[in-house]
Amino acid sequence: MNTAEERTYENADTELAGRENEQTDQYLTFIMAEEEYGVDILRVQEIRGWESVTPIPNAPSHIKGVINLRGTIVPIIDLRQRFGLSKVDYGPLTVVIVLKVNTEKGARVMGIVVDAVSDVYSLSSDDMKSAPDLGDQVNTSYIKGLVNVNSKMVILLDINELLGADTIPDVSLSALKELKESN
Amino acid sequence: MSIDLSQFHQVFFEESFEGLQTMESSLLDIDCENLDSETINCIFRAAHSIKGSSSTFGFTEVAEFTHVLETLLDQVREGSRQLSQDHIELLLQSVDCLNGMLTALQSEQPVDTQQSKQLIEQFNCILNGSEPEAAASESASAKAVEETAQSKEVASEAASSISNGDITTWQITFIPDVNLLRTGNEPLRMFRELAELGELTVTAKLDNLPDLPALNPEECYLGWEMYLDTREDKQKIEEVFEWVVDESELHISVAGGLFDFEEDAGAAESLESAQPSPVVEVETPAEVVVKPEKPAVAAKAAEATLGPKETAKTSESTSIRVSIEKIDSLVNLVGELVITQSMLGQLGTEFDLSKLANLQEGLAQLEHNTRELQESVMRIRMLPISFTFSRFPRMVRDLSRQLGKKIELKLSGEQTELDKTVMEKIGDPLVHLVRNALDHGLETPEDRIAAGKPETGTITLNAFHQSGNIMIEIIDDGRGLNKEKILQKAIQNGVIIEQEQLSDEQVQDLIFQPGFSTAEQVTDVSGRGVGMDVVRRNIQELNGGIEVKSVEGEGSTFTIRLPLTLAILDGQLIQVGDQTYIVPLVSIVESLQPDMNLINHVAGGCDVFRLRDEYIPIIKLWEVFGEEPRSRELSESLLVVVEVGSAKVAIVVDELLGQQQVVIKSMETNYKKVEGISGATILGDGTVSLILDVTDLVQMAGDQQNSKNGLKLVSSKTWAA
Amino acid sequence: MAKIMAVDDSASMRQMVSFTLQGAGYEVVEASDGQEAFNKAQQGQVDLVISDVNMPVMDGISLIKNLRALPDYKFTPILMLTTESAADKKSEGKAAGATGWIVKPFNPDQLLNTIKKVLG
Repeated sequence: MNTAEERTYENADTELAGRENEQTDQYLTFIMAEEEYGVDILRVQEIRGWESVTPIPNAPSHIKGVINLRGTIVPIIDLRQRFGLSKVDYGPLTVVIVLKVNTEKGARVMGIVVDAVSDVYSLSSDDMKSAPDLGDQVNTSYIKGLVNVNSKMVILLDINELLGADTIPDVSLSALKELKESN
Repeated sequence: MSIDLSQFHQVFFEESFEGLQTMESSLLDIDCENLDSETINCIFRAAHSIKGSSSTFGFTEVAEFTHVLETLLDQVREGSRQLSQDHIELLLQSVDCLNGMLTALQSEQPVDTQQSKQLIEQFNCILNGSEPEAAASESASAKAVEETAQSKEVASEAASSISNGDITTWQITFIPDVNLLRTGNEPLRMFRELAELGELTVTAKLDNLPDLPALNPEECYLGWEMYLDTREDKQKIEEVFEWVVDESELHISVAGGLFDFEEDAGAAESLESAQPSPVVEVETPAEVVVKPEKPAVAAKAAEATLGPKETAKTSESTSIRVSIEKIDSLVNLVGELVITQSMLGQLGTEFDLSKLANLQEGLAQLEHNTRELQESVMRIRMLPISFTFSRFPRMVRDLSRQLGKKIELKLSGEQTELDKTVMEKIGDPLVHLVRNALDHGLETPEDRIAAGKPETGTITLNAFHQSGNIMIEIIDDGRGLNKEKILQKAIQNGVIIEQEQLSDEQVQDLIFQPGFSTAEQVTDVSGRGVGMDVVRRNIQELNGGIEVKSVEGEGSTFTIRLPLTLAILDGQLIQVGDQTYIVPLVSIVESLQPDMNLINHVAGGCDVFRLRDEYIPIIKLWEVFGEEPRSRELSESLLVVVEVGSAKVAIVVDELLGQQQVVIKSMETNYKKVEGISGATILGDGTVSLILDVTDLVQMAGDQQNSKNGLKLVSSKTWAA
Repeated sequence: MAKIMAVDDSASMRQMVSFTLQGAGYEVVEASDGQEAFNKAQQGQVDLVISDVNMPVMDGISLIKNLRALPDYKFTPILMLTTESAADKKSEGKAAGATGWIVKPFNPDQLLNTIKKVLG
């Protein structure tokens, strides 16, 4: 059907799509391990560069630690490690996206480390294909859907599912790769 | 104009709760034989006040209920009724019921009148039983509360109302008492009022006017003859004279329709009348919409440091009353801060190194201002502990009756202040400790006499400040802790082994272990022995501690130590590897460079350190936290000895950094509770530093050892298998 | 405008009376018991006194007696705030020199009407 309109920006300024009658949401996309992912922009509180964190004892390896965000303690999660990939070194271009996540215990602020921020798209649910069922072995509840933008596949994440629960759902990237190939 | 009365509701609730509190404590103080008139008056006034204001603000159920209390109390204070213990019981129950009703109204919940109706019944029985007249005026008065506000005082003449809307001419003769003026009454006022009802003609009667020399200007010698054409009924006319009718001669009758003038017409005052305007309609107070406001921070108070009473014992109120002095002090300090800030600002715009000394001075001033401001703000959250202590007289009284014991409660240090939140959270532990003392500590009168003690046992609650903490003592002169029983129970629970050599202190401290109750029966008063360990844990969660000292046969003293505030901590900064951690200063016993000769390796993998005559287990933070230290060699590290309850452990650190006061930030807001960490803080350089949870650390180290060799850390002298 | 003193040990009542009267343009002085009222009355002349009867330290009746003994307050209107069932209080108040009474519960409009009648 109609593809989403595409704009390229230096920074992530947003612009509304031209279609008025459809329910569109805006997504901020970022690159991680050469894949493009998107999160609902309403969930994005801010974007920061990487700064040193205070590690949390005995935390899972993808939880790097906590930072001081204007007086509040905010945990920082490495998304690569969350997906079971090996960590890469952080550099001056490393980006932390600070998100507002809804959990069972209420609203929380958390940061995710990604490789780079990409763009902002307006997408409607029509554009989205849902994640295929890969059986009980693979949890895909954190995937909101898949979209095709300029013949690139963007994986839209349900950030509440991914980060919200205390027990983190098992996430495997190989499953994601399968997804991609099947589409 | 109509005024929204709901803006006064919050004040009404606060003062009514206080009034109920006063009633309760006064009722508990009463001695039926020797009725102290001030006490009974005080109780009466409290009930009267609540009745008056609740009916004014439209809370009719409360008003009706309080009315019967007031009636009974009025009889008692007049002396026409003897107050009995049963009455006191009923009154106390009524206080509880009213508390419930007011709480419901305050939170905009529907009021359950079941209990109040039942209690009203009981009051009516008492009131009717002895005085039938009281009953009649009783029900009439109760009804009067619901009726329109204006009193329809029955004039001595039957009010015949000719209210057919036609104009009637009334003849009014009014001869007031000589002292009319001395009551501030003014005939002109009455004439003005009458003139509002219709067309008025007034003639003065000078019959009683004495000669000039005999004339006292403060007395009233005049009388008046008036004719009033009005559509209003007689009652309206009578109302004008309501205040003076008893002391005056007043005749109101229908006139012939023509004006009759007196022969010796004196000054005939003919007042112009406006259109006959009806007397202002009276509105039913019941129509006032009851909308209790949400509690807001009230910054004004007439007295020093009052606070809202804890209503339902578990609910925490969200507003606080603060004395004007505290607010004024705050305003002053902020003023000083502004001055310092502008001084530094100016320095900043034209700074060069020669002004360095000024800068340092300014910064020192800033630190001083900030510290003072901080203390001042903290003091705002502080309330006297009397708010928590106040529930105990009632509780001790009820419980001692229930248990058949004679117990006297002494309170001291009630004005000692502590943080509002801390106070709310210490309530339940205190209740548990007092219940325990009542139930297990204090003996029955017979036992006490047999032991050579006075029949009445004593519980004392004492609060005072000590080195930055608030201390609360619960002292009883009961039977004390029984060492044998505790040891037996401990062995039974597997907490210690039989050959243990424990000091008295350590034995007594065992009662804080889970599963401890040496009472033969489980009573419903203090329940099962799950209490003490929960009490200790609750207190530790407040960064406090609890200890017990007891002498068998003589009594026990429980001492609770609490920090003055929850949000701020005095901390010792320590370094382990790259990371800086904070250890609460209050839990540090001492820090030292270990003498390697004093370190022993216990079989199974735990190191212990001998400190004077104790063996203290060593916790290596890098093991517990997985943080790589600068050196794993104990000889190159420092030991920080901390205390948890009576257990001590030594934490291995690379370095000791400074001490500072830190603001505690929550980990749970955006993450979760981390074992070993009680919170975080932000250091001067903006980085996050984690605050160690000493209790957790002890547990974790113990667990690690446990899993290695099945050993359990019991006390600093013992390892039990 | 006239100056009125409102005396009641209940803060909510005082506030309500004060607010009502000030809204109508009167100047209001508050006191929480008879003694305070008596002291304040001597510090500055008021044109009308409204007082509750049951108060600590000095009750309403005593206040009335004490005020009437002052030359400045011999003829000042003094109104008692009473409850409907306290008939004896009314006569006691009158005997002490009270001008009249206002019965509780009352609403702001009733209060204002009565005040207007007395002050003119």
